[in-house]
Amino acid sequence: MIAQELHPPSIWRWTSDHAGVILSRTAQHVELTVIAVVVGLAISLPLSILAYRHGRLYPPITWITGLLYTIPSLALFVLLIPVTGLRSATVEIGLVSYTLLILIRNIVVGLRGVSADVKDAATGMGYTRRQLLWRVELPMAVPAIVAGVRVTTVSTIGLVTVGFIIGHGALGEFIIDGLNRFFTPEVIVGAVLSVALALVVDALLLVLERRLTPWTRPRERRRLPATRAT
Amino acid sequence: MISLRNVSKRFPGSRDAAVGDLSLEIHEGETVVLVGPSGCGKTTTMRMINRLIEPTSGTITVDGKDVMQQDPVELRRGIGYVIQSIGLLPHRTVAQNIATVPKLVGWDDEQISRRVDELMEVFSLDPEMKDRYPAELSGGQRQRVGVARALAVDPPVMLMDEPFAAVDPIVRARLQDQFLEIQGSLRKTIVFVTHDIDEAIKLADRIAILNVGGVLEQYAPPEQILRAPADDFVKDFVGSERGLKRLALIKVSAIQVEEGPVVAPEASVDEAKRQMERFGFDWVSVVNDGELLGWVDRPALDGSRTVADAKARPFSAYVTARDSLRQALDSIVTSSTNVAVVVSEGQRYLGILTLDRLSMEITQ
Repeated sequence: MIAQELHPPSIWRWTSDHAGVILSRTAQHVELTVIAVVVGLAISLPLSILAYRHGRLYPPITWITGLLYTIPSLALFVLLIPVTGLRSATVEIGLVSYTLLILIRNIVVGLRGVSADVKDAATGMGYTRRQLLWRVELPMAVPAIVAGVRVTTVSTIGLVTVGFIIGHGALGEFIIDGLNRFFTPEVIVGAVLSVALALVVDALLLVLERRLTPWTRPRERRRLPATRAT
Repeated sequence: MISLRNVSKRFPGSRDAAVGDLSLEIHEGETVVLVGPSGCGKTTTMRMINRLIEPTSGTITVDGKDVMQQDPVELRRGIGYVIQSIGLLPHRTVAQNIATVPKLVGWDDEQISRRVDELMEVFSLDPEMKDRYPAELSGGQRQRVGVARALAVDPPVMLMDEPFAAVDPIVRARLQDQFLEIQGSLRKTIVFVTHDIDEAIKLADRIAILNVGGVLEQYAPPEQILRAPADDFVKDFVGSERGLKRLALIKVSAIQVEEGPVVAPEASVDEAKRQMERFGFDWVSVVNDGELLGWVDRPALDGSRTVADAKARPFSAYVTARDSLRQALDSIVTSSTNVAVVVSEGQRYLGILTLDRLSMEITQ
């Protein structure tokens, strides 16, 4: 798609010449990732709550999502083509199916980690089961859930590049196109940008987690003087 | 206020009943402490009152209404609940924790915030602490927040499961004192579970001593349990030093003090000596128009004309009507006169207590 020149341009020249398409593919990369993680969460959350409340459902749920997780991404995309065609939905289905195992495991671990005493006290004070879930159990599982979201997001950003196989590889398109043409600058731009994207998003999620869970980091310096601290 | 009639609980899969045919009446405004060894079903019994555990048979009523006929969530919101680990919500601030039940039952924000301030003051929690998370508090502070939280909607009934067990003995004693003080003015109906008989003796209006399997061995005020344990189990459970523990429960005001040898400062030395002989002591209290000045002994009187000439020495310790007989005993064994001198406000002399008098109280 990008004409081979006799004297290949420098990476800087190439980048500035293609700023528009770089930007739009980065945006596409972010979009594919966000949709995959959000849809993944929307599926994982109810499944996790189910698995948490009915312990015997946990093994089959992790077995199925584990199976999905082990299918090589290249193969999964190809297998989906006859079903869903060359649309971006095909990529999304693949991406979403890879998020489930890690998200479900983390959410369930987070929910199971809520102290029995806290649940007992909350129930004893008159929380309904639903209030207990939404106001106590899920908020307290947030650190584990965000940890799962961070891992999934980073791995999804990497996986999106494989979407080139059906023409929706976003930044991955640069990599495959550069490889096909033996044009290194393009490969480097595609690879560096996807790694940078992963790092930035991971950092943003870390900030989000800290915002959501101020209670996990006691502020020692704010302790009151010992005189009234009994 | 709370009534358990032939209540039993058998957990699925266990051969023996956790609680077997237990009947217990708890009056309004009374602190009843359930105490017993582990496996005696004391916690199970308490948890059946707010339906965290449902009885296998029998009836439990709170304020005349059968708990099994009520919505468990509504029932629980009307009963204060404190557990050993307190279970403060770690992701909520102190103020939000205290506001838990008011929020559940739909109080408006202003009312909630007023109530939070009020309770924080009652429990001497610094207002600055409102925005702290539980992880930022000391054990004792968490305990107080937990009790404050349970009192937030001013429920008439409180259930407390070893609420002071997780803190060190000094803090525990302070929390118990605060509990007695607050309960003295609130007069809630409290069911309090502990394995510590001394805590039970200190806090209870009545103690229910349970044996393994939820068998009620004795249900009586602490003083009676110490004076007349129903059987060997109770005697063993109450432990040694029953006499001392009883002394700690009886106030000086509850018994008749002895007159003791007394003279006025203007009295003659002969009069002072007559007083000593009358009581068989070798010292005499000097009292001026009701006010206790101190005591003098024979050597001090030698060479004096009146009692006032001999310098009266102050007693090293006094007891007042509010002190316990145990404090009086301490005064007896540590003073050189071997008596406890009882005074009221302004050093007014009321009389003395001797070891004989105390042992008479204990053995009668």
